[in-house]
Amino acid sequence: MSFPVILGVLVLLTILGFFVGRSRAMGVVGGQANQLHSRPHYYGHFIGAWCAIPGVLLFLAWVALETSVIESMVIASLPPNLANLPQAEMNLLINDIVNLSRGDVTSRAVVETDVRAAADFYAQLKSSSKTLLLAITVVLALAGMLFARARIAPDLRARNRVERVVMIIMIICSTIAVLTTIGIVLSLVFESLRFFQKVAPTDFIFGLEWSPQTALRADQVGATGLFGAIPLLAGTMLISFIAMCVAAPVGLMAAIYMSEYAPAKVRGAVKPALEVLAGIPTVVYGFFAALTVAPFFRDTGIELGLVISSESALAAGMVMGIMIIPFVSSLSDDVISAVPQSLREGAYGLGATKSETIKQVILPAALPGIVGSLLLAVSRAIGETMIVVMAAGLAANLTANPFEAVTTVTVQIVTLLVGDQEFDSAKTLAAFALGLILFCVTLVLNIIALSIVNKYREQYD
Amino acid sequence: MNDSATNETQAGTDAAGDEKVKLLSRGVKVFYGDKQALFDVDLDINENEVTALIGPSGCGKSTYLRSLNRMNDTIDICRVEGDIILDGDNIYDKAVDVVHLRARVGMVFQKPNPFPKSIYDNVAYGPRIHGIATGKEELDGIVQTALEKAGLWTEVKDRLDAPGTGLSGGQQQRLCIARAVAVSPEVILMDEPCSALDPIATAKIEELIDELRENFTIVIVTHSMQQAARVSQKTAFFHLGYLVEVDETEKMFTNPSDERTQGYITGRFG
Ligand SMILES: Nc1ncnc2c1ncn2[C@@H]1O[C@H](COP(=O)(O)OP(=O)(O)OP(=O)(O)O)[C@@H](O)[C@H]1O
Ligand SMILES: [Mg+2]
Repeated sequence: MSFPVILGVLVLLTILGFFVGRSRAMGVVGGQANQLHSRPHYYGHFIGAWCAIPGVLLFLAWVALETSVIESMVIASLPPNLANLPQAEMNLLINDIVNLSRGDVTSRAVVETDVRAAADFYAQLKSSSKTLLLAITVVLALAGMLFARARIAPDLRARNRVERVVMIIMIICSTIAVLTTIGIVLSLVFESLRFFQKVAPTDFIFGLEWSPQTALRADQVGATGLFGAIPLLAGTMLISFIAMCVAAPVGLMAAIYMSEYAPAKVRGAVKPALEVLAGIPTVVYGFFAALTVAPFFRDTGIELGLVISSESALAAGMVMGIMIIPFVSSLSDDVISAVPQSLREGAYGLGATKSETIKQVILPAALPGIVGSLLLAVSRAIGETMIVVMAAGLAANLTANPFEAVTTVTVQIVTLLVGDQEFDSAKTLAAFALGLILFCVTLVLNIIALSIVNKYREQYD
Repeated sequence: MNDSATNETQAGTDAAGDEKVKLLSRGVKVFYGDKQALFDVDLDINENEVTALIGPSGCGKSTYLRSLNRMNDTIDICRVEGDIILDGDNIYDKAVDVVHLRARVGMVFQKPNPFPKSIYDNVAYGPRIHGIATGKEELDGIVQTALEKAGLWTEVKDRLDAPGTGLSGGQQQRLCIARAVAVSPEVILMDEPCSALDPIATAKIEELIDELRENFTIVIVTHSMQQAARVSQKTAFFHLGYLVEVDETEKMFTNPSDERTQGYITGRFG
């Protein structure tokens, strides 16, 4: 007997409940469906809900509580010499009991009879727990079915009730998404607070140097590490700026071509082709940036007498720009195409040329949407990690020179958490603080983008 | 074929009168892809007159109107055959610049379509692109005159910087008329300009059309018999892609020669 089987039984009972409900409803009115308050199938759903909901709630509660209840029952059954172990050893013992009950090897050299007996008891509890759950579920579902069936009458407002149940389910689903976000933000905030107990917030937000290595011995140089986030933010902005310098003009031109000039066939082929760019894994771009673009810039730099390091913000930014072209082009294309044809004809009707129409009428009309698409592309650039790791390096230089190596917030989060770390050192906690900053920046950008896009929507309704 | 013969005679009489023919159509056929929407339309449009195009939905009124300023060029699958002659020049001639043509033959659409710009900029847009005004003051003058001609000046003179899209439907349509007038075209084409408006706004625009007739040649598509009777001097009746009959408006509404026209006007079909 296992959980899936129990769920299966519940589903079958619910389906049965549906048919019972429908035929009962028809029976009550002698087959004249128009005498019922709601359509017959709503009565089916009504009984189905009464079968399923108590069972599902019980099932969820059971799954959540089963392990801890069984464990405490096993502990209670242990002889006194084992029952009074300290917490850490008790955890080990429980582990062994669980493993033994599954027939696995244990960490114990000799398995005492008491432990063996506890393991058997555990296994027995487990299986009877399932049987018990099945029994209760079936009883609950049948009780629900009978209860609901007894209430079916021609004037029972089954549709309203079923619709309310569906609405509650939808509310629960949307709450899950919201709660997840809140949970993530809270964990970021709390871990950041712990970080700020070790490093002053001002040092973090305004500090000009980033070298998060903490020393192994207390007397080493730089024992505390330096956690100034400015070089990372500057690096992020520099690379995003370069990326936008590539993506904005190229993406916009492509969008204008696709929506205004390209014949429908070309547009149908070019648009998906551009969107494929967005589907390439970023690590592939990073590879391309590190092995092709960056060395190319370095060599060109040598020819021109410029010093371009082999890992440069320029290389990373350019490749990132290419990666986000489809975000700009595809969204802008949609927005430009959404400008009503009547505006174009209005301009043509005054004797405007095509390019005048595009520059002076269509682009201004589409501007809010275009700005929205650019901001979404910026958020994407800020969040991008892989390309920067591979092409721009890890050195936290505070510079505005695109030929030098820089690093970004996301890259540092990765390097801080890669490898074995204590989880409460300033170094690991710094990752949460960086994550919080990143979250705030992208949140603000998204809010701006969304509000601009919304404003745009109102215009043509 | 009988009909087109009638038209020829009609056109002949007109040309002989004191009116000057502004826009001359001969054998105009329009195709959307393989589908023919207009068949051999011969129609003369007189200068400083209002010509109304009437007919049941889908009969090709808009199609004909849009072929008069080559607005159909913007539709990929659309093809126009035949001659449309504006002041002696064929507008479908290779040498004709469509941008220049549309500055001479302006258009007002069924749904008001002000640009998302200020009221002032909406009206000033045409004069600006054509470089009509030499200075700010002259442009102000053009804008004011156009708004006055469109009967909108007193309503908007204090808020010229407000967005044109913020006006009421009727005001927007008059703004679009002002915008068309500001380029001083010779012909103004109107495709059901009042269909989105209430009776009061409609009355205003009809009055306006009557005044505009002094300076412009106007072609108007309408579904309202009363409107055609009120504003036009000449009426053309289209049916299933054919120009059935064209005559003085009064004669059309009192004594049409074709029984299809009779049927449509008295509401027997359409
Ligand atoms: N863009 C287009 N593509 C294909 N067919 C079209 C197009 N525009 C119009 N047509 C067809 O051409 C014919 C004439 O259409 P048109 O719009 O000129 O009619 P109309 O007389 O203006 O009708 P209404 O009074 O409803 O505006 C119709 O059969 C229509 O389906
Ligand atoms: Mg039409």
